[in-house]
Amino acid sequence: MRTIFFLLQKEFLQIFRNRSMLPIIFLVPVVQLLVLAFAANYEIKNLSIDVVDQDGGAWSRQLRDKLTASGYFSLYKQPASTEAAFEDLESGGADLVLVIPRHFERDLVRHNEVKVQLLVNAINGSKAGLAAGYAGNIIGDFNRRVRLEWLALDEDDAPSHFDVSYRYWYNPDMNYKFFMVPGILVVLVTMIGAFLSGMNIVKEKEIGTIEQLNVTPIKKIHFITGKLLPFWIIALFELAFGLTVGKLVFDLPMVGNIGWVFLFAAAYLLVMLGLGLLISTITETQQQSMFITWFFLIIFILMSGLFTPIESMPVWAQKITLFNPVAYFVKVIRMVMLKGSGWGDISYYLGVMLLFAVALNGIAVWNYRKTV
Amino acid sequence: MQPIIVENIHKSFGDVKALHDISFTIGEGELFGLIGPDGAGKSTLFRILATLLLADEGNAKVNGRDVVKEYRTIRREVGYMPGRFSLYQDLTIEENLNFFATIFNTTVEENYELIKEIYEQIAPFAKRPAGKLSGGMKQKLALCCALVHKPKVLFLDEPTTGVDPVSRKEFWDMLQRLKTKGIPILVSTPYMDEAVLCDRVALIQKGAIMQINTPANIVAGFGMPVWAMKAKNIYRLIHDLRAFKGVLSCYAFGEYLHVTLDTELDDVKAYLAPLGHEALEIKPAAPGIEDAFMQLMQEQNELT
Repeated sequence: MRTIFFLLQKEFLQIFRNRSMLPIIFLVPVVQLLVLAFAANYEIKNLSIDVVDQDGGAWSRQLRDKLTASGYFSLYKQPASTEAAFEDLESGGADLVLVIPRHFERDLVRHNEVKVQLLVNAINGSKAGLAAGYAGNIIGDFNRRVRLEWLALDEDDAPSHFDVSYRYWYNPDMNYKFFMVPGILVVLVTMIGAFLSGMNIVKEKEIGTIEQLNVTPIKKIHFITGKLLPFWIIALFELAFGLTVGKLVFDLPMVGNIGWVFLFAAAYLLVMLGLGLLISTITETQQQSMFITWFFLIIFILMSGLFTPIESMPVWAQKITLFNPVAYFVKVIRMVMLKGSGWGDISYYLGVMLLFAVALNGIAVWNYRKTV
Repeated sequence: MQPIIVENIHKSFGDVKALHDISFTIGEGELFGLIGPDGAGKSTLFRILATLLLADEGNAKVNGRDVVKEYRTIRREVGYMPGRFSLYQDLTIEENLNFFATIFNTTVEENYELIKEIYEQIAPFAKRPAGKLSGGMKQKLALCCALVHKPKVLFLDEPTTGVDPVSRKEFWDMLQRLKTKGIPILVSTPYMDEAVLCDRVALIQKGAIMQINTPANIVAGFGMPVWAMKAKNIYRLIHDLRAFKGVLSCYAFGEYLHVTLDTELDDVKAYLAPLGHEALEIKPAAPGIEDAFMQLMQEQNELT
C-alpha cells in the first residue's frame, strides 16, 4: 500500500509538471464542448433555396414567401431559367431549387391540379432528406390552404382529414445540444482514460526508466495501479468539470441522479484503462501506442451512437456495437440525464461494463507479465 | 561466500551469440571490471545478473541468491545503474532520490552516510530537473539512486560513457571509496585507462571472456617489448609498418604508434630508412593494458 502511495505521489508530480497536462485537463473539455456542441448539430436551418418562378402570379409569390418565412430556408436567388438555377445547385450556392412552372395559377384554377418541381443537392444525404422533407411539408400545407380558400370552405366544413400533432418526449424542444453534450463528455472521458494512460506506461519503456524500476521491490501490480489510478481520478474529475460546464453553458437537463453517471463512469474507465494498458504491453514507444489507440477509438466513437443512431446501422454493425464500451456509456449517460433512468435501468449495462473491465484488464496484466 | 558467482552463462538473441560460457566470481569488497568494446555482451551480462533477463544456460548467484529463483530478494539487495540514463528527467535531483529511497522502504536520511560524499557534489543543483543536468552530474545522481537503499552489491553498466575526463576521474575516486566500505562492485567500461583502477578485470570480446586477472598481471603477461614510434606523417608510417612482415602489431596509441615485432628492431629501422619518413622517432615503451587487450583481441580474431 505504501508503495502505491509513493508511486501515485510521483505520478501526480510528473503529470502536473507536464506543460501540456493542465491545458488538456481544463481547456480541452471547454473547447470540445463549445465547438462540438454547436457544430455537431443535425437541425438544419438556413438552407439556401433558388426559386424559379416562371409563373409570377400572386399564388406563386405566396408559396415562395411561405417557404422563406418558415425559418428553414433562405432565398438565394430567383433566376429566370431552370438552367441558371441548376448552375447554382452545381456550384453549391443553392441547396435546393423550387421550380414553379408557367401557368401555375391558371392550371390550378382550370385543372385543379399543378406540378411543382423540387431539385435537391444530395451530396450530404441527411441534409438533402431533411431539406426535401421540410419543403414537402410546407408545400403540402400550402396546398391544403389553397384548397380551403379556393373552395371557400370553412375549416369546419373541410373534408375530413388527419391532423397529426407531435410531442417529443425526454427532449421536448428537440434541442440537439442536450443530445450531443452528454455524448461529447463520454468522448472526453474516453480520451483521458485510453490515450493518456497507455502513453504514460509506454513512456517508462521509451525513456528506459522501467529498466531501473524493475530492479526495485516494486511489484508489477503496484506499478500498474500507480500508473493507471491517476488517470482514473483525473477522468472522473474531467467528467464533473464537463458536466458543470454543460450545466452552466447549455443548461443541460439532469433528470436522473447524476450519481449513476459517475458510478457508471467509474466502471467504464476501468475498461478504458485496461485498453490503454493492453496497448502499452504491445508497443515500445508513445507514438506507436497513440496510433493503435487512435485506431480503436475512432471505431468505437463512430460506432457509439453518438453521431448516428445505432438502430439505423446494418445488423452486423449493431452486433459489433455490443462489444463497444463507448456505445454503452453514451447510451447510459443519455438515459440518466435526459430520461431519468435509475439503478433498475442501468444495472444491466453496468454489469456488462464490469465484465469488460475484468476481461480486458485480465488479458492486459497477463500479457504484461509475459512481455516485461 | 562469494558475493557474485557466475557459472557457464550462455545467452543468444536469435543467431547472435551474445554471451558464450561466461564464468567468474567476485569477492567481498572487490572492484571487478568488465572491459570490452561496444557490443561485447557486457550489458547483456548485467541484465542477467540484475534479474532482468534470463540466461539460456548456466546459473548465477548474487549475494548467495539464485538470479532466477530468488529474483525478488535480489532486486531488494542490489544497486543497479543501467548503461542508459534511467532516472526521471522531469523530476529534480531531490525528487528522484527521495522516490528511489521510498520505494525501497527507506529514507535518504537513513543511508545518507553512504551517499554523502557523492551527493554533496550535486547538492547545489538539488532543485534542478535531472534532464537538465550535465552528463557527469547525471551519473553521480544515478549512482546516488543506486546506493540510497544501501545495496549489498553494486552493478554499474558503463557509468562513465559520455562523461568528461574530469568527472570520470571523480567518479572512479568515488568507486574506490565505496570499495573501502566493503561493497563488491561490478563495473563495465570500454575505456582501457579505467581498467587499471579495478582490482581485477575480465577482458571480454564477442561474448567471450579472453582473460581474467589483475591489471598488473595482465600487463606482466604481455611478455614482449613494445616500441613507440612516431613520424611527421603518422598515417603513412602505420601503412608502411603494417606492410612489413616482421611487425606483429601496430596500433595508434596517443601520439605514438605501439609496435611489437618478431624480428630485430634494426631490421625495421633498415626497412624504414629508404622510405624517407621525416622526424622519425623510435623508443622503447612500457606495455599497458591496452597493448595486452589488442594482442588478445588479435589472437582471438585469428582463431575464429
